[in-house]
Amino acid sequence: MKLDGKTPSGPLADKWTRHRQEMKLVNPANKRKYRVIVVGTGLAGASAAASLGELGYRVEAFCYQDSPRRAHSIAAQGGVNAAKNYPNDGDSVHRLFYDTIKGGDFRSREANVYRLAEVANEIIDQCVAQGVPFAREYSGYLANRSFGGAQVSRTFYARGQTGQQLLLGAYSALCRQIAAGTVTMYPRTEMVDLVVVDGHAKGITVRDLVTGEVRSHAADAVILATGGYSTVFNLSTNAMGCNVGAAFKAYRKGAFFANPCFTQIHPTCIPVTGTHQSKLTLMSESLRNDGRIWVPKGTDEDRPPGKIPDSDRDYYLERKYPSFGNLAPRDISSRSAKEVCDEGRGVGPGGLGVYLDFGDAIKRLGAGAIQERYGNLFEMYERITGENAYEVPMRIYPAPHYTMGGLWVDYNLESTIPGLFVLGEANFSDHGANRLGASALMQGLADGYFVIPYTIANYLARATPGAVTTEHAEFKASREWFEGLASKLLGINGTRTVHELRRDLGDVMWECCGMARSEESLRRALERLPEIRDDLWGNLKIPGSAGELNQELEKAIRLADTVDFALVMVHDALSRDESCGAHFREEHQSEEGEAVRNDEDYAYVAAWEFQGDKAAPALHTEDLVFQNVELATRSYK
Amino acid sequence: MNLKLHVWRQAGPDAEGRFETYEAKNVSPDMSFLEMLDEVNQDLIRADLEPIAFDHDCREGICGTCSQVINGIPHGPETKTTVCQLHMRHFSDGDEIIIEPWRARAFPVIKDLIVDRSAFERIMQSGGFVSVSTGGVPDANATPIPKPDAELAMDGAECIGCGACVAACPNGSAMLFVAAKVGQLASLPQGKVEAATRVRSMTRAMLDEGFGNCTNHYECEAACPKSISVKFIAKLNREYMRSFFKR
Repeated sequence: MKLDGKTPSGPLADKWTRHRQEMKLVNPANKRKYRVIVVGTGLAGASAAASLGELGYRVEAFCYQDSPRRAHSIAAQGGVNAAKNYPNDGDSVHRLFYDTIKGGDFRSREANVYRLAEVANEIIDQCVAQGVPFAREYSGYLANRSFGGAQVSRTFYARGQTGQQLLLGAYSALCRQIAAGTVTMYPRTEMVDLVVVDGHAKGITVRDLVTGEVRSHAADAVILATGGYSTVFNLSTNAMGCNVGAAFKAYRKGAFFANPCFTQIHPTCIPVTGTHQSKLTLMSESLRNDGRIWVPKGTDEDRPPGKIPDSDRDYYLERKYPSFGNLAPRDISSRSAKEVCDEGRGVGPGGLGVYLDFGDAIKRLGAGAIQERYGNLFEMYERITGENAYEVPMRIYPAPHYTMGGLWVDYNLESTIPGLFVLGEANFSDHGANRLGASALMQGLADGYFVIPYTIANYLARATPGAVTTEHAEFKASREWFEGLASKLLGINGTRTVHELRRDLGDVMWECCGMARSEESLRRALERLPEIRDDLWGNLKIPGSAGELNQELEKAIRLADTVDFALVMVHDALSRDESCGAHFREEHQSEEGEAVRNDEDYAYVAAWEFQGDKAAPALHTEDLVFQNVELATRSYK
Repeated sequence: MNLKLHVWRQAGPDAEGRFETYEAKNVSPDMSFLEMLDEVNQDLIRADLEPIAFDHDCREGICGTCSQVINGIPHGPETKTTVCQLHMRHFSDGDEIIIEPWRARAFPVIKDLIVDRSAFERIMQSGGFVSVSTGGVPDANATPIPKPDAELAMDGAECIGCGACVAACPNGSAMLFVAAKVGQLASLPQGKVEAATRVRSMTRAMLDEGFGNCTNHYECEAACPKSISVKFIAKLNREYMRSFFKR
């Protein structure tokens, strides 16, 4: 089946304006008759829930955390992009659009990306009006900085905590609506199923994480803003609770999953220290502005870094990419680190690390200047590793961080299930095969503040409000299905803990479908994954019961989804027989080891349809048509 | 290293709590405190015992979910460090460690080390925002904000809402939490418009939730993983006084 992205006609720059004129509206007095469910309260979910509440819809918002303020958007450090062109350095909406399309290695939809670039400016205005304390110059005007993959300064930031500040801004708007009674907030509540009635999304089944109660919530439309699926790798920079569950439940009910193999590995994370480790910590890639990345030239090096002379060091990024050097894009930097470690030249315990050395920068600028720029990151590094990076080089290694793939949505952010909308990292739409730095915050807020309030009206205006209630048989069936699943998990009473099984899964995915993939490794994953699935359903051990606060059960439910999802991801990686962006198929590389795209055969979105619990998913495609940019080979040499 | 843990166990809000003692064996100095607890929980599960319930999420010190009192200090002995970022190299072989939940009237225990911090939500809902809706706002650079004001606002805005300030305070006061938000917004032109009503409603909500008052112990600042200064409480008091002289 060829999918229709519903891109409006007309010139690129006019599409969104025209589309907004043409979409249907809901009369202010009627808005309160419509119920909308929002799952997830990160940047996309909180901004959507608040904006829809302000408009007068009756919103119910859900998050698994104890407060919407704790969603993982909070951990984003670097900044948020917008083409304000305040620095007068030649930025424009078109340039932001082009950089984003190119950064994504030409695997995203032109019209969506253009709209993103277009509304980005409004995001900055909105956040300032909310009291977000962005960094400022002495003049009192907003400061900007540069980020990877762009030649202009367009990133707005709030110290090293931009995600936190933007989320708290959206959260404050959400608090205001909760107080006003337009939004009802359900924290510590996890969505465990999507309810579809006559082909339309009409509600969700949730589990109260404190009491274990399983409840139904009905609505006229459902919005998922539930983030990405990096936790499929076990060790990632995601929060412990981040999971693919909500998106996967929607997939099981008929929503297509697009480009799941596009996963981003962030180059500057703190390396793994042992099997006890529960997650990895990212440090802003801004460190690469002043740090030089190197490994020893020889494989049998045992001198401490300070004793290794320059002649025995390999500054491999500077050597391979002289013009971008240490600032090469994320996918390229990550792969290069893996390469040198695979050659046996990695540093630190286990040889999985490379040096990020500030020695030269400290000599040139003084330790004070480095502290001013990166002081908080150096502190964080020392807290975790116990090492002082002013004296010895940092050790870094790439870690899974963000997922570009997600539920397929059209231009209106509507999935293949009518009435189910997907926002932020949970959808696939804007970043193609690789996301540029400072673009995730931009997309989450664009979707929530400025896109969904328009496009959801266009859907609701055609729907009868309150047509379905929780009395409908589908709700009961969904509750019973979930309760059956939970008691099945609890009844296995085997010998292996969630933690052990999760690590098995993560290891397979990292080895076989991580930074580099090959047909051979992916076929190996296809063999291993069903074994892990059988192990889970045959040997899992969870204490306690379903009718109480039971953190092991929560984790087991998420893991069961993740194991099944991993198969979809591997099928996608196998079927995309090209390298593009973060998807690096070893069979498709140039002599210098660069990704080789195949536009002839793969300039499409791969959208996967559920075919049954153990069956392989079915592939559908949406052709990507480029009318405004020329497909070029990315070069950062 | 091997450690002896005395952990607060409580089945539910109304159940009686007690300390249970557990051994943590072969603890690596590179582990975080929560990873050490993960391992203890693995042992408990394998021994058919109930694992210790505790709140945690980002494990990088920014989401504010983790909340444990370690040897009497919220977030443990290291300054500017949340429990999830506290590493075991700060402990020694043979140490006995006492682990408790936040203790405050306004934060009832849900289970073991998990407490209910929804009182903070209600304080935020009472006025911790600028009453602006999406759209129709002026250009971001229309109003210059002096850099020192923006920096001061950011100092307050760094609050992660973990509640360590309340747990540390002998009065169970939420003054630092409220002050950080009031101070952030009162420092910015966008927030000044509602400054008087905001400070009145947020302090009222704080009292209604059962938080105590500030008697200048400064324990909150010492426990705060973001080092938010008690100067914000002074600013809160000033804003509160000022609100009586404003319409």
